[in-house]
Amino acid sequence: MYVATKGGERAIEAAHQWLAEARRGDPAVPELSIAQIREQMTLAVNRVMAEGSLYDPDLAALAIKQARGDLIEAIFLIRAYRTTLPRFGGALPVETDEMAVTRRISATFKDVPGGQVLGPTFDYTHRLLDFALMADGDAPQAARKPAETQPVPHILQLLDRDGLMEPLTQGEATPPDLTREPLEMPADRPLRLQALARGDEGFVLSMAYSTQRGYGRTHAFVGELRIGTCAVEMEIPELGFAVEIGEIELTECETVNQFTGSKTEPAQFTRGYGLVMGQSERKAISMSLVDRALRWDELGEENTGAPAQDAEFVLYHCDNIQATGFLEHIKLPHYVDFQSELELIRKLRRDAGAETCKEAAE
Amino acid sequence: MSEAAYNFAYLDEATKRMIRRALLKGLAIPGYQVPFASREMPMPYGWGTGGVQVTAACLTPEDCLKVIDQGADDTTNAVSIRKFFERTAGVATTEHTAEASVIQTRHRIPEQALTEGQILVYQVPIPEPLRFLEPRESETRRMHALEEYGLMHVKLYEDIARHGAIATSYAYPVKVEGRYVMDPSPIPKFDNPKLGGNAAIQLFGAGREQRIYALPPYTQVVSLDFEDHPFEPSKADHDCDLCGAAQSYLDEVITDDRGGRMFICSDTDFCASRRADGLRGRLSPEEAA
Amino acid sequence: MMGSHMTFPAETPPLATPETPLLRVEGLGKFYGARIGCADVCFDLFPGEVLGIVGESGSGKSTLLSCLAGFLEADAGRVLYRGRDIRAMAEPERRMLSRTEWAFVHQNPRDGLRMGVSAGGNVGERLMAVGARNYGSIRDTATDWLGRVEIAPERIDDRPRQFSGGMQQRLQIARNLVTGPRLVFMDEPTGGLDVSVQARLLDLLRGLVRDMGLSVIIVTHDLAVARLLADRLMVMKDGHVIEQGLTDQVLDDPQAAYTQLLVSSVLQV
Repeated sequence: MYVATKGGERAIEAAHQWLAEARRGDPAVPELSIAQIREQMTLAVNRVMAEGSLYDPDLAALAIKQARGDLIEAIFLIRAYRTTLPRFGGALPVETDEMAVTRRISATFKDVPGGQVLGPTFDYTHRLLDFALMADGDAPQAARKPAETQPVPHILQLLDRDGLMEPLTQGEATPPDLTREPLEMPADRPLRLQALARGDEGFVLSMAYSTQRGYGRTHAFVGELRIGTCAVEMEIPELGFAVEIGEIELTECETVNQFTGSKTEPAQFTRGYGLVMGQSERKAISMSLVDRALRWDELGEENTGAPAQDAEFVLYHCDNIQATGFLEHIKLPHYVDFQSELELIRKLRRDAGAETCKEAAE
Repeated sequence: MSEAAYNFAYLDEATKRMIRRALLKGLAIPGYQVPFASREMPMPYGWGTGGVQVTAACLTPEDCLKVIDQGADDTTNAVSIRKFFERTAGVATTEHTAEASVIQTRHRIPEQALTEGQILVYQVPIPEPLRFLEPRESETRRMHALEEYGLMHVKLYEDIARHGAIATSYAYPVKVEGRYVMDPSPIPKFDNPKLGGNAAIQLFGAGREQRIYALPPYTQVVSLDFEDHPFEPSKADHDCDLCGAAQSYLDEVITDDRGGRMFICSDTDFCASRRADGLRGRLSPEEAA
Repeated sequence: MMGSHMTFPAETPPLATPETPLLRVEGLGKFYGARIGCADVCFDLFPGEVLGIVGESGSGKSTLLSCLAGFLEADAGRVLYRGRDIRAMAEPERRMLSRTEWAFVHQNPRDGLRMGVSAGGNVGERLMAVGARNYGSIRDTATDWLGRVEIAPERIDDRPRQFSGGMQQRLQIARNLVTGPRLVFMDEPTGGLDVSVQARLLDLLRGLVRDMGLSVIIVTHDLAVARLLADRLMVMKDGHVIEQGLTDQVLDDPQAAYTQLLVSSVLQV
């Protein structure tokens, strides 16, 4: 005899206990510490911070541990935590001009004031599995050199000085906040950049890649890519001046793109911009390509119908937390909708059958 | 982090105020989709974050909450959301429709008629009824603004031309007070007649899509149709096998692998109350003595 | 079946008569920065009249048509439809006009049809947009209109993809004329079709225009089309109207040097 399924609550409880056990894995293997994840899985931590929009390496490491290494799940944990935090105010814009760079390269000039700094990069490594890492070893030591003290100016400023770059326009003093106001179209550039900065790395990468393959091509050069730490300053109303409240690591990419211009205005290079928390240069470069592709309208370019030119398409689909939630919700029960579809399809088939019978009889 | 670290009903008061403002706007313009700054919730988008935020903004400590999914109080997601509010708001909960002051639902309207003072909160996945005809948000908003709903009827026309009947069985579009075309969320069209003239306040929350809309009590809601192909609420052509109800929406349950099946009320509270009143269906278990 | 709020316009202006124009265009201009799209365009269109706009590509004729139909925002001048300036109209009213009293036939039927919707649905859309709610009568009207544009009624449930180019164009015309518009804009309606298909379409159009008493503004680079359909012609070059008059007069006795060139290079065929 049929008994309606009960005990959803107990099932959920048991499933969560199982999850906790599976997360820990074999207890004979030592447990990962948050510090280990933070120090040795740094780029994963960076991605979780960037897409979770919260700069806190320890919490990001905790989220990665709790999520069993599922980075989108970890980002979700950080986002859900972040949304509950009180807001004391906004920082001043960070001055990336004054970044203490650990990496800084330009693809457009061989030598630049401040020099090219490769930094800790995978570039030029041969992608061969290093089996030595399977054994415990001594901590590797890189060669040391005293830090440069001279400023490291933005390379695009040099082109700017000659009037070769499109001028930077001063936006509104306070950009809109995507996490406090609904995303509405058309979205202006600050809003677009904000959405891209927390957008899914894979999605933004694929969009950028599609522009390179001709779907909204913009002929991008990496004018400058820089990674390093920047001071974060905040105006304290009681003090009446700004104080440094900490520093964060950032990756910034500026691209130099195909030029605009007309009979009346001389040709100028255009820009794409990417800024991401942590060390995440794939994301920063991708972001600047997509940013540039989305600017087709203001630059008087043709809309070729490329996905990367379509702000609604890009912005409504770049958030992996929205995407994964909606995608996975189809696991939830849909008995009721499915039942109504079942009835409808049976009715349509019955009506069609009756029709056929009638025709046969005639 | 302990529950005490969170505000009553999880959301901070500023967020609740923002949501309440959107709700009031929605009630003032029935059927109009109000954009709101949906927050990230500790449950995934698509799993009821819109409904949860609306419920959180409505709840007071005196409220009594009921949560259903597919009409049932014991489906896993309903259990999970009820538990969330037990933990974060500490409000009383119930499975009885009549006892609840706030009911959060996914995909159903309870069978028992709602009364004045009750609030029904719907979880909405895609609030835009025109979305699958026109994917662009900027364009659909314009269509609503200009009342350009011809395309909606083209879709219904195409259904009839191809299938001989309107082939929409759930999330069946409605027109509210002769103005806005609205998606009633994926309720079966059987439930559509309960949308109009309802004594309760009906609130719709779409978290991922950042939209809220509402039907104040006793609002006129008309399911779209043609004069010669009128809207028909439909259900399985059976009575409930457990309580014998003839006019409730039924789930089909496959009981064996030889085509055996039974039909039972999707509204578990409705079914259980009828059985408690001694009503019986075709396959009701014998009374245990 | 139109809702009372859907009739146009609220207050009834005097109906256009053969003496008063249906459409009056005064000093219309559209500029792209320093470049002229079209400038200083003035003309009257009377009920039942067909006005041809001819010129080479880039002459501004398509820009002008888009401005008249409200697809493009003009920068100067007035467009008075039955005495009211459409540039001053609110968008809802303008959109209502464009699905009731106006129609637009695109050069490429793909731009004017819903390719994923059946022929019947395509024709029925305008009816439903203004409130038709009876499936049977919508279908009857659609069937009737398919017949009028020489499409077999049994193709009513086929999608436009399954139609030839000529049939698609005829379907687009039916879709536009079903609500009995007064004013029809046509942008190279026979462009891209084979010569024999063109002839049949022109014949059909001529019949419909006459039977329905339509006022038409037709843009074409094909002077043969203009001669067959248009009562009057306007010749455009570099965004300006350089000559206008009765069709026969313009084509047989062109005044402007450019028109002479245009006529001599084409009409020998």
